[in-house]
Amino acid sequence: MLRDEDRIFTNLYGFESPGLKAAQGRGDWVGAKEFLLKGRDWVVAEIKDSALRGRGGAGFSTGLKWSFMPKKSDGGPVYLVVNADEGEPGTCKDRDILRHDPHKLVEGILYASFAIGATAAYVYVRGEFIREIQRLQIAVDEAYAAGLIGKNACGAGYDLDVYVHTGAGAYICGEETALIESLEGKKGQPRSKPPFPAQAGLYSRPTTVNNVETIAVVPTILRRGAAWFSGIGRPKNVGTKLFCISGHVNNPCNVEEAMGIPLRELIEKHAGGVRGGWDNLLAVIPGGSSTPVIPRSVCDTVVMDYDGLSEVKTALGTAGVIVMDKSTDIVRAIARLARFYAHESCGQCTPCREGTPWMARMMDRMVEGKARVEEIDLLFDISKQIEGRTICALGDAAAWPIQGLIRHFRPELERRIAAARQSAAA
Amino acid sequence: MSASASDGAVVAVHQPDSFAFSAEYAAAAEQIEGRYPPEKRASAVIPLLHLAQRQHANWLPKAAMDYVADRLGMARIRVYEVATFYTMFNKEPVGKHLIQVCTTTPCWLRGSDEVLGACKRRLGIGPGETTPDGQFTVVEVECAGACVNAPVVAIGDDYYEDLDGPAMVALLDQLARGESPTPGSQTGRRGSCPATGPTTLTNQPLPSAAADLATGADD
Repeated sequence: MLRDEDRIFTNLYGFESPGLKAAQGRGDWVGAKEFLLKGRDWVVAEIKDSALRGRGGAGFSTGLKWSFMPKKSDGGPVYLVVNADEGEPGTCKDRDILRHDPHKLVEGILYASFAIGATAAYVYVRGEFIREIQRLQIAVDEAYAAGLIGKNACGAGYDLDVYVHTGAGAYICGEETALIESLEGKKGQPRSKPPFPAQAGLYSRPTTVNNVETIAVVPTILRRGAAWFSGIGRPKNVGTKLFCISGHVNNPCNVEEAMGIPLRELIEKHAGGVRGGWDNLLAVIPGGSSTPVIPRSVCDTVVMDYDGLSEVKTALGTAGVIVMDKSTDIVRAIARLARFYAHESCGQCTPCREGTPWMARMMDRMVEGKARVEEIDLLFDISKQIEGRTICALGDAAAWPIQGLIRHFRPELERRIAAARQSAAA
Repeated sequence: MSASASDGAVVAVHQPDSFAFSAEYAAAAEQIEGRYPPEKRASAVIPLLHLAQRQHANWLPKAAMDYVADRLGMARIRVYEVATFYTMFNKEPVGKHLIQVCTTTPCWLRGSDEVLGACKRRLGIGPGETTPDGQFTVVEVECAGACVNAPVVAIGDDYYEDLDGPAMVALLDQLARGESPTPGSQTGRRGSCPATGPTTLTNQPLPSAAADLATGADD
């Protein structure tokens, strides 16, 4: 288990004030000027060396992403955009950073912006997080008033403006190019890539989009060193991670743990175990709703990191762990996710716009068993026709939960169909 | 992410003829507009629509969309597109209390059906409906992003968490009496901390109940 002294988010539960003075008491903003004076290349190198990977779901190397930004200014604006549009079912970690540890984020924004040569930063927060937006705005105002951001930030000669922006209810805006479109005042419909945001992002200017948690761990990495961070976890799967454990556990909670912690240990140490005991476990969705479900047999041994979960054909995603015990109607649980994706499809690409409601309707029938056995293969085939055939990953995200269900719970689908047949015959 | 009370509806029947920000809202709008480059004022459209909706009993008449469009120098159709794309914008009147019940899988696993059922029992309305006295509208929403405190309901600017049927009825009773229920966990636990106490950060000072209630301004 991760030692308390190695935890980054020391005010995760809001036991202390989120305000600047309390944050400084927890070590935030210490050494900020010195870090800036070491120069942009040093910050990028340190984050590259730390092997930090994006915490928003895709797991791309953060240092590498930053290094795609133009090294020399052309005189025009460059942007950092922080993705706080948290809405992947099962995920509620960024909310805790925004409301309880916002200075970790604001400080991280300073270093990340400096590292990519940004002239301004926008934090795009989902509109429903009204209180969290207020907390973050207070932290930004405090940082301005203390000279930590703004003109000549920290007295190190770097100017940075930080703005809080609000969304208005659209899961798709968590996709980085949809988020940029939305920030420009349009419908949140993803852009085709290339060009990637590093070439043409917000207002067609070079832009880096990073998740809240990714940015918020940067200050501690700079303070404690790349080697400290990369020494936690396994190679390529390093650092600490916020896990959200929801569903059928005795004590649902958020917790910061070492990457690579066994799933069973995570659930039993922090969430009070599965309701009714480990043997009562049916399945887990390990990384937010779009990651394929894994059955109990896999849960027994799987470890919670990028490679560990990829080996069992699922993903770490956002580390939103949704636990389901044996009382769960697993088909209905996944059918509800199918309905979620159908609701959230932006309508731009035909396979997703038409395919997600189609899958949702088929899943609703599968709940009742009102289907033919061949339709299980048809459903799988439709999901494969959506996956990889859309501009953004929402199509994939809609396909994977259903593929996971069919992969691991096909007998249950068949059983329901047979039962429905029987009761119709009787 | 939330299912709008007016999902599917284009505009409400009874539309006011005009809309303009009050002095207070106009000042807030100006401050928001200052966050974006002068030639990129369209970026302010979502925050301004939020303001307009807040000024106008929590729904957006067409006149408000037109007002925001004119204010930002946008074609009106672009503002209609935005107002209809994002589910937080209500295109028709809603009750004084908009009860947004999250029913996505993590909340459903923890009993969101019971919460919806409690609304139905206490108010006599189902999702998408408003009580005849105009006090309550109930809607189903997609993931509210507070899954470890499921089931969750958003009312006004606040989240009410760790609910069950009786807790939901108690909330509705308080609202009906004109009271303001205390937001957050309805079982009294701290944020996303395990209900039985923290398993980490245990060498920290003892939790003080005041911190959670603080606005976040410096201690």
